[in-house]
Amino acid sequence: MDYTILVGGAAGQGIETVVLLLEKTIKRSGYNVFTYKNYMSMVRGGHNFMQVRFSDKPNSTFSTKVDMIFAMTAETVDFHIGNLKENGLVILDDELHKDQDFMHLSLQKIAKGIGNPKVAPTIGFGAIGKYFGLDFEIARKALEETFKGKVLQLNMEALEKGYGLTETVVPLERKEDTKIIMNGNQALALGAIAAGVKYYCGYPMTPSTSVMSYISEKSKEMGIVVDQIEDEVGALNMALGASYAGTRAMTGSSGGGFALMVEALSLAGILEQPVVVVNAQRPGPATGLSTRTEQADLRFVIHAGHGEFPKMVISLRNPQDAFYQTARAFNIAEKYQIPVIIMTEEYLTDYMMTMDPLDFSKVTIERNIVEAIEDSKERYKRYKYTESGVSPRLIPGKSKGVEILVDSHEHDEYGNIDESIETRINMMKKRMNKLEELKEELLEPDQLGVENPDILLVGFGATHGALLDAVTRLNEDGLSVGALVYGDIWPFPTKLINKLGKGAKKIITVEQNMTGQLESLILEKTRLEIFDRILKYDGRPINGDEIISNLNTILEG
Amino acid sequence: MNYSILIGGAAGQGMDTLAQLLTKTLKRYGYFVFKHSDYMSRVRGGHNFIQIRFSDKQVRTYEDKVDIIYALNKETIDLHSERLKEGGIVLVDKAVSHDENLLLLDLEETAKEAGNKRAMTSVGMGAIIKLLGLEPDVALNVIGITLKDSIVDLNKEAFSKGYEMVGSRFGLKQEKDEKILIDGNTAVAMGAAAAGCRYYCGYPMTPSTTVLSNMEKWSQELGIFTEQVEDEIAALNMALGASYAGVRAMTGSSGGGIALMSEALSLAGIIETPVVIINVQRPGPATGLPTRTEQADLRFAIHSGHGEFPKMVISLRSPEDAFYQTARAFNIAEKYQIPVILLSDQYLADGELTIEPFDFSKIEIERNLYEDELPAGRYKRYELTDTGISPRIIPGKVEDKIILVDSDEHDEYGNITESAQMRTSMVDKRSKKGELLEGEVEEPWLIGDENPDNLLVCWGSLFGQVNEVVEILQEEGHSVGALVYGDIYPFPTRLLKENAATAKSIIDIENNSAAQLDGLMREFALIKSDHKILKYDGRAFSVDELYNRLKEVVE
Amino acid sequence: MTCEYNLYDPSWCPGCGNYMIRTALKQALEELEIPPHMAVIVTGIGQAAKMPHYIGANGFNGLHGRALPPAIGIKLSNKDLTVIAESGDGDTYGEGGNHFIHTIRRNINIAHFVHDNQIYGLTKGQGSPTTAMGQVTTLQYDGVKVEPVKPLALSLTMGAGFVARGFSGDIPQLVELMKEAILYKGYAHLDIFQPCVVWNKVNTFQWYKDRVYKLSEDYDQTDFNAAYEKALEFGDKIPTGILYKVEKETYEDRFQFIKDGPPLVDAELNPFDAEKLMKDFY
Repeated sequence: MDYTILVGGAAGQGIETVVLLLEKTIKRSGYNVFTYKNYMSMVRGGHNFMQVRFSDKPNSTFSTKVDMIFAMTAETVDFHIGNLKENGLVILDDELHKDQDFMHLSLQKIAKGIGNPKVAPTIGFGAIGKYFGLDFEIARKALEETFKGKVLQLNMEALEKGYGLTETVVPLERKEDTKIIMNGNQALALGAIAAGVKYYCGYPMTPSTSVMSYISEKSKEMGIVVDQIEDEVGALNMALGASYAGTRAMTGSSGGGFALMVEALSLAGILEQPVVVVNAQRPGPATGLSTRTEQADLRFVIHAGHGEFPKMVISLRNPQDAFYQTARAFNIAEKYQIPVIIMTEEYLTDYMMTMDPLDFSKVTIERNIVEAIEDSKERYKRYKYTESGVSPRLIPGKSKGVEILVDSHEHDEYGNIDESIETRINMMKKRMNKLEELKEELLEPDQLGVENPDILLVGFGATHGALLDAVTRLNEDGLSVGALVYGDIWPFPTKLINKLGKGAKKIITVEQNMTGQLESLILEKTRLEIFDRILKYDGRPINGDEIISNLNTILEG
Repeated sequence: MNYSILIGGAAGQGMDTLAQLLTKTLKRYGYFVFKHSDYMSRVRGGHNFIQIRFSDKQVRTYEDKVDIIYALNKETIDLHSERLKEGGIVLVDKAVSHDENLLLLDLEETAKEAGNKRAMTSVGMGAIIKLLGLEPDVALNVIGITLKDSIVDLNKEAFSKGYEMVGSRFGLKQEKDEKILIDGNTAVAMGAAAAGCRYYCGYPMTPSTTVLSNMEKWSQELGIFTEQVEDEIAALNMALGASYAGVRAMTGSSGGGIALMSEALSLAGIIETPVVIINVQRPGPATGLPTRTEQADLRFAIHSGHGEFPKMVISLRSPEDAFYQTARAFNIAEKYQIPVILLSDQYLADGELTIEPFDFSKIEIERNLYEDELPAGRYKRYELTDTGISPRIIPGKVEDKIILVDSDEHDEYGNITESAQMRTSMVDKRSKKGELLEGEVEEPWLIGDENPDNLLVCWGSLFGQVNEVVEILQEEGHSVGALVYGDIYPFPTRLLKENAATAKSIIDIENNSAAQLDGLMREFALIKSDHKILKYDGRAFSVDELYNRLKEVVE
Repeated sequence: MTCEYNLYDPSWCPGCGNYMIRTALKQALEELEIPPHMAVIVTGIGQAAKMPHYIGANGFNGLHGRALPPAIGIKLSNKDLTVIAESGDGDTYGEGGNHFIHTIRRNINIAHFVHDNQIYGLTKGQGSPTTAMGQVTTLQYDGVKVEPVKPLALSLTMGAGFVARGFSGDIPQLVELMKEAILYKGYAHLDIFQPCVVWNKVNTFQWYKDRVYKLSEDYDQTDFNAAYEKALEFGDKIPTGILYKVEKETYEDRFQFIKDGPPLVDAELNPFDAEKLMKDFY
C-alpha cells in the first residue's frame, strides 16, 4: 500500500495544522509517513500545498500522483486535479466546485454551527480519519497536543463531527509504531545539540531559521546560548569568538546571509578556528524564490572566502544523515581547526519523514583541545609547526601562564604578525597540509542500486531520496542503473566515482541547478566524461518519477 | 643596456619621494623604467626597499641583480649586497658604514649644510645621476615640478652637492622621451574615466585604495562622483543604485572587501544591472599580507555570489591592458547587463612603468540603452527576448514608463513571481546572456612560439615576467610559448586546446598555492598541466627566479 | 502628464498597517504632483519592502537591510528624481543599521519611511530591533534579552535635520508627514507605527491607538532638546508628528558639479574628456 493525500489552499487557511494532525495520527497508527511541503513566500494568500504520503514500507520521496485531494480552495482542485490517480478522491466544502462530482462536505456550515469557521479544516481531518478507519483516540491525542483550552474544545467537537461525515472505505490496520518523525532542520539541530553546541547565533532567513528556532526552544533546557543578532556579518564573527573561547559554536543562514559571512570564513581559515556554518539553500540569485528549493550554491560555498585555506563542505542527504553528519562536522572542525560548512536545501529542511530513532550512542565528541597546562615556562605557540599542520590547541583562561594570540594577518607560530618569506611559505604549507590530511577522513558517496552499473547517476545532497526511489524502481525493472550520492563533497572524494565511472557506459548527473555544478567538480577532479545531465531549477524538488522520465528521454535520445 | 638601482631603508626615511624623483628622472632621460616596491604593512620602521630598473628596451618586471644600492640604513647592506652585479656600487652615508669597499659619502652632513638633513636623499640622488653619467638638468627640473615649493631650492642644492661628490661611472646618454609613466591602479582609474564612469565609491583597503584616490583626485575636473563610504556592502549596493539610475558606476576593493560584496554581486545578477568591480588581490586568507601580492582570488571571484547568474571576470596583465580592459568592461557590463569583475593584484597595482601613451581614440562608449519608441502599456524591464537581453531604459527619462527591478525572482515587469514556468524562463534568459558572452571573450595572448613544445600558461600580471623569460628561453633555442589569460571567465579554450594538442609539456605558472588556473583548464578543456610553478610567499616572481625555476622543467 | 499612481493587489494580511501606509503614500505623491516616472521607491526585503510591487512608481527592490545605499546611488546620479527609501524596522535598524547611521551623516535629500511594527513579519515572528525587552516571540521563547533601538533618538543624535513619527491608523496626519518629509531638503526620517496582525500580539492597533498623541500646535520643531525628550517618550504616551526640523546643507550640494551642473545621468560621455589626465604622467 502507498497513499498520498494532498492538502491545498491559501496561506493562513490551516493547511499546516491539518497536515500535522494527519502526520501524527497516521504515523502513530504504525505507518511510514513522508510529507512534502510547498509554500509561497507569503504569510497570507497565494497557493500552498502539502502532500502526506504514507505506506507500510519507508518512502524516501514524494510521489507525483495523489490518491486524495483535500482542497480548501477551488484553485487547489484546478491546480492538482491532473495529478489525481484514477479513482482518486477530492474532498472539499460543498460551496466549492458545486457542479463537479466530488466528495462535498458541509465544512463551513458545520464549523459555523460549532461557533468558529476556523475549525473547518479539523472537520475535514476528521472525515479523512474516518475514511481510513484511523483510531479516533489517536486523532484525539494529536489534537490535544496541538490546541489548548477553548480552542481545543471547539476543535474536539469539529473532529467528532468530521468522523461522523464519512464511512470507512480504506481501512488501515493499526500497527506498532516504533519510529520518530522529523524534518531535516530538526535533525540538523538535534545533531548539533548532541555534539554539544553551546553557542548558536544567526539572523532569520528562510529556510535556515527553523534550525535556530529549534535550538532556541531547547536552549534553556540544554544550556545553549541562542542569539538572534544584528546581521550575518556579526553572526560568524561572534561564533568565531565563542569558538576561540572554547565552546562549540555554530551559525547558519541561506545563500544571501551566507554571502555576508564570506569575509569571516576567510578569517576562520587563517585563525584556524573551528566553526560549523549551515547554508540552507534556496533558489537565487539574491532574494530569488525564498521558500523554494535549489542546489545552486555548491561552487560558491566551496570557493567562498578570499585567499586559499582548507575548509570542508558536507551536503546533507536526508534527516538521518543531517543528524549524524552535523554531529560529525563539529569533530572534524575541531580536529583540523577549520570551518566546516553544512549544505542543506529548502526541500530537506521542510519535508517530514518517519525514520528509526536517532542513535545517540553513535555520536562521539572529540574536542581535540589540549588539556590545561600548569605554569608554562615557554610562550605558547598557537600555530606551532607540526607534521600534520594541526597545532595543539589550548583555550584562553584555562592554563596559568599561557596567553593565546590569534591573528588575521599572516603570523608566526606565536600568532604575531610576520611578513617574512619563510614564515609565509611555512604557514601556507601548514594550513594547506590540513586539507591533505582531511582527504583521508572523507566518506565516499553513498552507492545505490546494482554493484557495477551500466548507467551511473551522480547527485548530491537531498536528491538522495529521489535517486533511491528511481534506482530501486529501475533495478526492479531489470535496468543496470546505480547511483552515487555525495555527502562529503569538498574536498571531493574521487575513489568510488573513478572506479564506477570507468566501468559505466554512461554517467548522468542529477542536480537541482542550471549550470551543472557537481558535473564541473567531476570534470575538474577526475576528467571523466559525462554523458548527459538531468537539471531542474524551477524551485521545486525533483522526485523519483521525474528522474525516471528524464532518464527515459535521455536513453531514447 | 639594462640597469637596476635598489634603495633600501626604514619606512619614514624618505625613500618613496626619492624613488618617485629618480623614476621620473630616468624616464625623462628617455629610458624605459620599471619601479617595484617591497613594503611592509606599517607606516614607520621595518625594512622596505624599492627597485628601479631601466633600459633602452621595454621592461615590465624586476630582476634579482642590481647595479647600484643606495642604503639608507645598515640593514639594507646586510640584506641586499650579495645581489650586486659585478662592478656594482653600494652608496652609503659615512655614518652608517665604514666598509671601505662601499662608496662612502658624506650625505647627511652635506644635507645639513644645504639646510636640512632630510634632504640627504637628494644628495644621494645627485650622486647616482652623476655615477650614471647623465646631465643634471632633467633631474633638477623633475625636483622642481614634484616637490613642494618650500623645499625645492633646498633639494636642488642638495642634489647639486651630491652631483659634485662623485665621477661618472656608467657613461649613459640621454634618449628621446615620448612615453608615460604609470602604475596599474592609475591605469584602471584612467580607463574608467575614459569609459565615462561617473560614480565610484569604495572603502579604503590596500592595495585597491589608489583607484579610489585617483578617482577622487579627478572628481571635480571630470564630474565623477566619488565617495569613501561606510563599508563595502554599501559600496556595491550604491553603485547598483547609480547604475539603475543610468550612470556608469564602479566600485573596488581587495579580497576582504570584495568578500563583503558577494551578496550584492548576486543582486546585480538578478536585477541585471551593469556594474564594474575591481578586486586588487593581496595574499589572504583574511587580512593576510596587506601590502604584498598574490593571485589567489580567481575561483573566489568566478563563483562569488549565491545562486547562478552570468558574470565576466577579466584579469589585468599590464597597465596598458588595465586601461583598455577597464574601459571595455563598462561596455560589456552594459551590453549584457551583468557585473564584470576585474582582477588585478598588488604587483600590478603599485608597479610603475614606462609605456606608450594610451590611445583614447581606441575607447568606444557603447551604452546599449534602448532609445527607440516603446510599445504602449507597462514597461517590461525583463522582457523575454531571443538573446536574453532586455531593452534597458532608465528611470525618469520616459514619461509614463516606470522601471521596476527586484531581487526576488520576477516576471517580465519586475514583479515578484513564484511560477515554476516563469522561474525557468528567467533562469534561461539570464543563462542565454552567459552563452552569448562566451562569444565575446578574447582568447589569451600567445607570446613566443606558436604550437611550442613547452607551453606555458598563466594569467594576469604574470605577463610581465613570463614575457621576458620566454624571450630569454627562445634565444637559448628552446621551443617555448605562453598563453597569458586576460578574459578568464567565461574561460576561453580554443588556443589552449590547439596549443596543448602539440605541446610536449604544459607548465602552469601562478602566484598562488592551489594552481587555480590549472583547475579551470581541467574543468573546461579537460587539459591538465604537467608542471606547476607556484609562488605564494607574497612576493612577485623576479625575472631571474622565474627563469631558474623554468629551466628545471623546460624540455 | 498624469500624476496618478496605479495600485496593484498586495499579499499583505487583512488588517496589516501596510495598507494604510500605502494609501497615505499614494495620496502624498499625488498631492505633491510628482509624476510616477519621476519617483523611485527603494526597498530592502520584508513585508514593507514589497511596496514597489503594489504601487506604480519606479522601484528598486534590493537586498535585506540595503534600501539606503541604492537610494543614495540613485539620488546622486539623478537629482531630479524623488527618492523614497522604504523598509521595515528589522531591515532598517538591524541588518541595515550601519547604513542608517551613515546616511544620516550625509544628509542626502531623500525621504526614509520606516514601517515599524516591532516584529519580523515575513520570516514569521522573530524579535526585531524595536521589539520590547522581555517580549516572547516565535524565536525568543524566553523573551527578548536586549534593549530595543530608539530610532528617533538615534537619528537625532546622529544629526538628522528632519525626524518624525507617524501611525498607520491616522492617515490624514501620515499624508502630511510624508509630504513634509518628501519636500524637506535633506535626509528625512519618518518612523511609522503599524500593527502586525499575525506576529505581534502585544503592539496591536489598539496598543498604538491608546498611546499615540499629536504634538501640540506650539511645539517648537527647531528645539533639539525638546525633540530629544520627545524621542525618548515611549510609555503610556507616545508623541507623533514632526519632532525636529531644521535647515541643513544637503550632501549633493556639497559637490559643486552636482549642485550647479545637470544631473550626472545627463552628462555626455566622451573618452577624450579624460585624455587630459595623461599630462601628469609624462
